Amino acid sequence: MTPFAELLERLVFTPGRLAKLALLRDYFTHTPDPDRGFALAAIAGDLSFTAAKPAMIRELVTARVDPTLFAWSYDYVGDLAETAALIWPGSRAGTAPRLSDVVSILSDTPKAALPAVVADWLDMCDASERLALLKLITGGLRVGASARLAKIALGEMAGVPADDIEEVWHGLQPPYGPLFDWLSGRAPKPDAAGAPVFRPTMLAHPLEETDAAALDWSAYRAEWKWDGIRVQLVATPQGRRLYTRTAEDISHGFPEILAAMEFHGVLDGELLVMRDGEVAPFADLQQRLNRKSPGPKMLKDFPAGVRLYDILFDGDEDLRALSFDDRRARLEAWFAHHQPARMDLSALIPFTAQADLAELRFGARAASIEGLMLKRGDSAYLAGRPKGPWWKWKRAPLTIDAVLMYAQRGHGRRSSIYSDYTFGLWREDGVLVPVGKAYSGITDQELAFIDRWVRAHTTSRFGPVREVEKGLVLEIAFDAAQRSNRHKSGVALRFPRISRIRTDKPAAEADRLDSLIARIPAGGPAKGEALVEEGD
Amino acid sequence: MSAPHPDTWLRVLPQGLYCEPGDFFIDPLRAVGHAVITHGHSDHARPGHGGVLATEATLAIMRVRMGEGAAGERQQPLGYRTPLDHRGVGITLVPAGHVLGSAQVVLDWQGSRVVVSGDYKRQPDPTCAAFEPVPCDVFVTEATFGFPVFRHPDPAHEIAKLLKSLTIFPERTHIVGAYSLGKAQRVIALLRAAGWDQPIFIHGALASLCALYEAHGVALGPLLPATGAAKDTLKGAIVIAPPAAAADRWSRRMNDPLIARASGWMRVRQRAKMAGVELPLVISDHADWDDLLRTVDETQAPEVWVTHGAEEALIHALSLRQIKGRPLSLVGYEDDEAPEETVAEPEA
Repeated sequence: MTPFAELLERLVFTPGRLAKLALLRDYFTHTPDPDRGFALAAIAGDLSFTAAKPAMIRELVTARVDPTLFAWSYDYVGDLAETAALIWPGSRAGTAPRLSDVVSILSDTPKAALPAVVADWLDMCDASERLALLKLITGGLRVGASARLAKIALGEMAGVPADDIEEVWHGLQPPYGPLFDWLSGRAPKPDAAGAPVFRPTMLAHPLEETDAAALDWSAYRAEWKWDGIRVQLVATPQGRRLYTRTAEDISHGFPEILAAMEFHGVLDGELLVMRDGEVAPFADLQQRLNRKSPGPKMLKDFPAGVRLYDILFDGDEDLRALSFDDRRARLEAWFAHHQPARMDLSALIPFTAQADLAELRFGARAASIEGLMLKRGDSAYLAGRPKGPWWKWKRAPLTIDAVLMYAQRGHGRRSSIYSDYTFGLWREDGVLVPVGKAYSGITDQELAFIDRWVRAHTTSRFGPVREVEKGLVLEIAFDAAQRSNRHKSGVALRFPRISRIRTDKPAAEADRLDSLIARIPAGGPAKGEALVEEGD
Repeated sequence: MSAPHPDTWLRVLPQGLYCEPGDFFIDPLRAVGHAVITHGHSDHARPGHGGVLATEATLAIMRVRMGEGAAGERQQPLGYRTPLDHRGVGITLVPAGHVLGSAQVVLDWQGSRVVVSGDYKRQPDPTCAAFEPVPCDVFVTEATFGFPVFRHPDPAHEIAKLLKSLTIFPERTHIVGAYSLGKAQRVIALLRAAGWDQPIFIHGALASLCALYEAHGVALGPLLPATGAAKDTLKGAIVIAPPAAAADRWSRRMNDPLIARASGWMRVRQRAKMAGVELPLVISDHADWDDLLRTVDETQAPEVWVTHGAEEALIHALSLRQIKGRPLSLVGYEDDEAPEETVAEPEA
């Protein structure tokens, strides 16, 4: 537990990617099997314990600590597991258990015996170890590193490309003995043949103006950049999987897609909520992504579909070395042959010159479209983010200058900071009306600035919410404005985020609601959408 | 005749804690005629007093920090455990274990005894004399870390984290933010005890105080100025700087700096996060929760006055032990371990 707790603590405070990699490499290099395998599983989210609930932790602590002191401390710290870890009485009475022992004992211990086991462990740990243990067993572990980053660190440690690890990953179970045997040179690469494993995805670079100027546009094909999430569909005789582009297995969340995968192959596409062929807003998809196993109502109200744009394997034939144009032809033929339910093809957009696309991109304001994708016709399907073959050309965000109206404290590491903001615009009659909320987009320094500002300019409080003087202007970037009946202003913003703090601008000079309403696309499908229909 | 209750002769005035029969203040918050000073931190040792009574080391620290003129018109050194009679009030200074020269002020008047402990800690510290509990009728305590979540770990364990980090990041300059009086010297001494014998680079604001510690017999090993050192020589080096400088532009000259902070507040993640620290080190010069309670027990005081800090929790915990707690709510004692300290010390 000790090295794992140290790793977690360092990762939490380490912002830099390279530094995180160094910490992970150090951990994987110096920690024996099977502990490091379980740590990897914890980072990858492949370990879950359900028996130990926060309520159990609370009972263990309040049996040992005065309830008033516990309540005040919890108020002060803001996190149950951390409060429990810090307040647990007594000093370290032994050696912290090994991570692998914690995992095996947890899975073997009947629920009734669990409190005593956990209390014993807590007695043997120091505060950092207690926190790691409590977060691990209650399922609240936030590692501060992704599974992908851990695989990159493992790859660096063993001199193996991370994508090679990705290709065997989904055939393995914690603590991944065959993986570590291979990485240590004790055994050959695990054989994933026939298993529905993830294949590393090809990613695009954002197209900057300088890139656009140098581009040979005639060599590229254009598609809409759909506003869903990138997925990989894998179906082999051994099983079916739906993966995100970071190799997360989300099969359980989308049973209707799995059911429609009546084929063998690997396909690349965009997961969307679609109703009668119409793409629903991203928020609808988010409803689905939030559920590990959706109920019948969820499945009916938010039906998922996949818009396909590439084929990696047809049966067990690997097509990745083919050019984009050849793969596209294979994809279209494959689609015509299989006609899979809940799927369609992402159309190619015909164009003759850059100017055509620039205009389309500018006009692309439909909720379902984020911009354009440009793919070189002669490019093979390459893992990673090679610069040149694929570009994403996102539409530029819109901005408004809005006035901060309310602030609320955030969650997790932002629980002591006023980090969730409601902002508004001026109406004709001089009343400020809220148009949205934003939680992101600013640096920690800016966050600290707004936090101080909020505390110094509070006019009233409603529970966790503070109303503030109408004095701070925030520049809000957003992807689109939509009509909304749920908002007092009648407008809702898509993906609002704070792009900067306008301390230079008096609140009275912030934007008016009218100017935002003027930016809502007129009724009916946006120009971009109509073109897609033609393409199909 | 029974002894007078301490609240009949020791009172809270706007200037601070006042001993009426002796006509002096203890750690007054503004300039007064007569002051007894517990230790050299600037919120306890303020400039401009008439007479100042303190340990020789505290007086030396005051002269270094505020200049000869401002450190009291008349300075009177008093050794530890040497009782002094002042207008019938017995004054004795007893080690407080907080920083070099820090003292508890033991006041005796007509058979009643109050111990004003100033700031103190119970962990071993090679840079100052260890705290000694003194039985009394009223114990006046701080409560900087007056929540049961503050339980400081062994500082050697924290120093081991710093040294381990240097093996993982051998190129990065590890800058430890540490308050320039006390914490900085303690961190250096802890590093030496852990076997780190390379030169330690220090911010200019630390130089005179480190020299003062050395002059008082606290060996700190080789120290070099960090300002002006070549970037190459700072690769994998340890630099000690006041917290505000460590996290500010000053640190940009270092090699891919890794910012650490030595403070008791680093125990709570939220506070450490807010401080923008990459390596929190829980090293404190204040008593933690367990030591606050232990100390009260050892003084056997039936009544405890709390000067500053998180007094509610401490007073509640004392009430559970049938000890009467009273908040003095002295405004003006700052928190010398606060992560959000904003004032940078001038470079000396």
